[in-house]
Amino acid sequence: MSSLTSAILWPFAPRLRRGVGGWLAGSFVVAALVAAPIVSLALLAAQGSGDLWPHLVAYILPQAFRDTLLLLGGVGILVVTIGASAAWLVTAYDFPGRRWLEWALLLPLAMPTYIIAYAYLDLLHPIGPVQSGLRALLGYESPRDLILPDIRSMGGCILLFGFVLYPYVYLSTRAMFLMQIASLVEVARTLSAGRAGVFFRVALPLARPAIAVGTSLALMEALNDVGASEFLGVRTLTVSIYSTWINRSNLPGAAQIALLMLLVVVTLIIIERFARRRQRYAGAAQRQRKLTPQRLGGWRGALAVVACLVPVLIGFVLPALYLVTEAAKRIRFAGISPEIVTQTITTVTISAIATVVALLLGLVLAFTARLAQRAFSAMLLRVASLGYAVPGTVLALGLLAPLTAVDGWIDDTSRMVFGVGTGLLLFGSGAALVYAYAARFLTISTGGIEAGLARISPSLDHAGRTLGASALGVVTRIQLPLISPALLSAGLLVFVDCMKELPATLLLRPLNLETLATHLYGEAARGTYEDGSVAALAIVLFGLVPVVLLARLGQRRIVARGRTAEPVDNVASDSLILGSAALDAAPVPASGPQVNGSYVSGTDPRT
Amino acid sequence: MEDMILTHARALKSLISAAALLGIGSLSAMAQQVNLYTVREPGLVKPLAEAFTAKSGIKVNTVFLKDGLAERVAAEGERSPADVLMTVDIGNLVDIVEKGVAQPVKSAALESAIPAQLRDASGQWFAVSLRARLVYASKERVKDTAITYEDLADPKWKGKVCIRSGQHQYNIALIAAHIAHHGEAATETWLKGVKANLARKAGGGDREVARDILGGLCDVGVGNSYYVGLMRSGAGGPDQKKWGDAINVLLPKFKNGATHVNASGVAVAKHAPNRDNAVKFLEFLVSDEGQKIYSEANFEYPVKAGAQAHPIVAALGKLEPDTLSLSEIAKHRKAASVLVDRVGFDN
Repeated sequence: MSSLTSAILWPFAPRLRRGVGGWLAGSFVVAALVAAPIVSLALLAAQGSGDLWPHLVAYILPQAFRDTLLLLGGVGILVVTIGASAAWLVTAYDFPGRRWLEWALLLPLAMPTYIIAYAYLDLLHPIGPVQSGLRALLGYESPRDLILPDIRSMGGCILLFGFVLYPYVYLSTRAMFLMQIASLVEVARTLSAGRAGVFFRVALPLARPAIAVGTSLALMEALNDVGASEFLGVRTLTVSIYSTWINRSNLPGAAQIALLMLLVVVTLIIIERFARRRQRYAGAAQRQRKLTPQRLGGWRGALAVVACLVPVLIGFVLPALYLVTEAAKRIRFAGISPEIVTQTITTVTISAIATVVALLLGLVLAFTARLAQRAFSAMLLRVASLGYAVPGTVLALGLLAPLTAVDGWIDDTSRMVFGVGTGLLLFGSGAALVYAYAARFLTISTGGIEAGLARISPSLDHAGRTLGASALGVVTRIQLPLISPALLSAGLLVFVDCMKELPATLLLRPLNLETLATHLYGEAARGTYEDGSVAALAIVLFGLVPVVLLARLGQRRIVARGRTAEPVDNVASDSLILGSAALDAAPVPASGPQVNGSYVSGTDPRT
Repeated sequence: MEDMILTHARALKSLISAAALLGIGSLSAMAQQVNLYTVREPGLVKPLAEAFTAKSGIKVNTVFLKDGLAERVAAEGERSPADVLMTVDIGNLVDIVEKGVAQPVKSAALESAIPAQLRDASGQWFAVSLRARLVYASKERVKDTAITYEDLADPKWKGKVCIRSGQHQYNIALIAAHIAHHGEAATETWLKGVKANLARKAGGGDREVARDILGGLCDVGVGNSYYVGLMRSGAGGPDQKKWGDAINVLLPKFKNGATHVNASGVAVAKHAPNRDNAVKFLEFLVSDEGQKIYSEANFEYPVKAGAQAHPIVAALGKLEPDTLSLSEIAKHRKAASVLVDRVGFDN
């Protein structure tokens, strides 16, 4: 529809589009950077994999697809249930501890899944503290007398992923609830719809795009994980990629499976979008009031507290406590090694640089899509999400060829011009890591920026251009200031993800460079897990800072807005981060210079 | 204009040399160092590197990778700073040679220290330590004092066997050795038998086997020799010591052979900028001092004749390694991996 209106308005458009050629070119370069590893994977895959596929079809794929579907299905149900209901509880109701829980629910974002898997196996193993305590309590002597379900199973894996990844859904859904549905919910309440009715028939359907985007990010995290799922004995497609590559030395075959998986992911996303193509979420960015929370007292309030507390306990508090005790044991025994300090500095520095790069690249993509408003630029925007849809190691493998090609070119040029070689500059300096992180997490920054931009009326752009501003002027003087909160929250999320990143870091880092994640991995690989617990704790602590910032920032804005009775929004919501985000392939909603009723509300005091 | 370009060029040139001095880019110009790409954990590599530097004055730069070492070196090509490639498992050693990222090395020190079946005929890889694939058995519940690999499929162990993923390299090598001894058909039957005996899904690490035996989930399991040392020495903490003390360690044999051993090994990279130092490093690894670190820091069996295994490992009994050559075992790896899938071992 939007492309149709742009087509109709085309004759009027050129003036507004003047000067966007440079942006388009920049966008193209960014998209090419992200697409490079995928292309190099495709080239690898094209080398042919011999007799692999008959074997895969007969023995691997049926089981791998089943496991993958079970895992994704289970994790999907869990993250939606936890994420959406927690989001609804903290926005629609008021109960003791709500303000505190509202941000505590974000904490599991700081926990890498592999750490969770190690920690819970230790905690829940038959000889671990939980079962031992239970036996002591019930009077059993030997673990053999009381056999409980093993965490190393599909069920265990689903539970762990569910409780660590739900914040993606929580974040995006809560943003939607905060911004968009007050009047509709109040209408429903007036029409004496019950609590359940309001949630299931009004809130949930309205939040569907947000839920879809949050869920797709959570599911991609689950799908691309190797550490935790392999450790827990779940054999997804990603694990098959590994055994094909490592045990059969069949890298082309592994690349083929990876591309097949990418295809499946993209198809699923398209299907989901197609399914809601006729639905309109109009009114979306119109002036909205904040939903007035209903007070929940008595047992209802208690139940709400418990419902919000359990995910925080399981996804964060318990494993964090466990890490603290392990780390304390270690520190008492051996002190803190100076390496941890160096590694922390390295990790934070690289993550910060990568975050800035990812934001800059995201800005180029999102602004181009906004300024140029062509199908082409929208498509470039979508390419950005590819990096997130393949497993980290596979992306890193795909990056090897382009990176070394560029390094070779730099070296040759430098030799020719200056007579001095640079060697492998990108690899040797850690720039390769920054590239890998940016390519992998670009979708998060782009999505956040896009969502922020979507809420700025295009008429502002037009006004700016009419008053003689250049395309760049519109960006720097109008759009950038307006989206700075969205930018910040997207940046924090990217930063947390970079801190946790392991597979690409392992493969692409230079000599003598150690991050917290690689240090932890080295210790865990050797089974001296206790030694690694200090690093694990450092990852969580430093991942925590941005998460807390993210949450506090949101609250402050709520307060500020609330006081002046302006439309409520909230950073964690600005970020609707995940909001219209990443994989949502629609071009920025208000497309074309037309006044699109659903997105423009001239009276909105912010615009 | 031209002057300006020249000035710029000069400035850039000094910048680049400064960058090179700071350790960015290839360091071929700087002497007395050696660059090590390793899949071995820092806990082992660090003492080796420190001892080598103390002895030779050559600085060791390392990067610890996991999967993809050969792919990375291959991609880096002739500009690769890698001098020494250090890995585990015969599969990886063969892979390094097949990808063409190693170079032949001739060294009397290496050849006299390492028996011929434990190094590549052309000198492209050298085993520097050994590990045996052993059976852990519950001290409490298992009275057997000897076992064969074939026995693991015996129905008497039904519901009592623990093992890590069949697709893990250590198991792939064991299964490949079984194929070398008995052929594919017999190996498929054997694998089905072991699979039918599993107490839990194949997964976790070798240490989980000992832990699960202590936890009562299983009675016997398969694990590498050095883990016994890591657990029993207390290097992995007091909990792991309990796991290690809960098991009896049996040195299993093939019915028509002996105990399956695998190797950790090294190669000199094809485009090694510090080739001489790389060879010195290799020679250090098989010196008495280097071999001692392998056995003390990681409880591995030395390759060098006469070098002593760590007392904890030596106490397990006399190791009688299978006579099959590692290269022969490597040939059956792909078939082993296919079989694991076919019998659904990991499902």
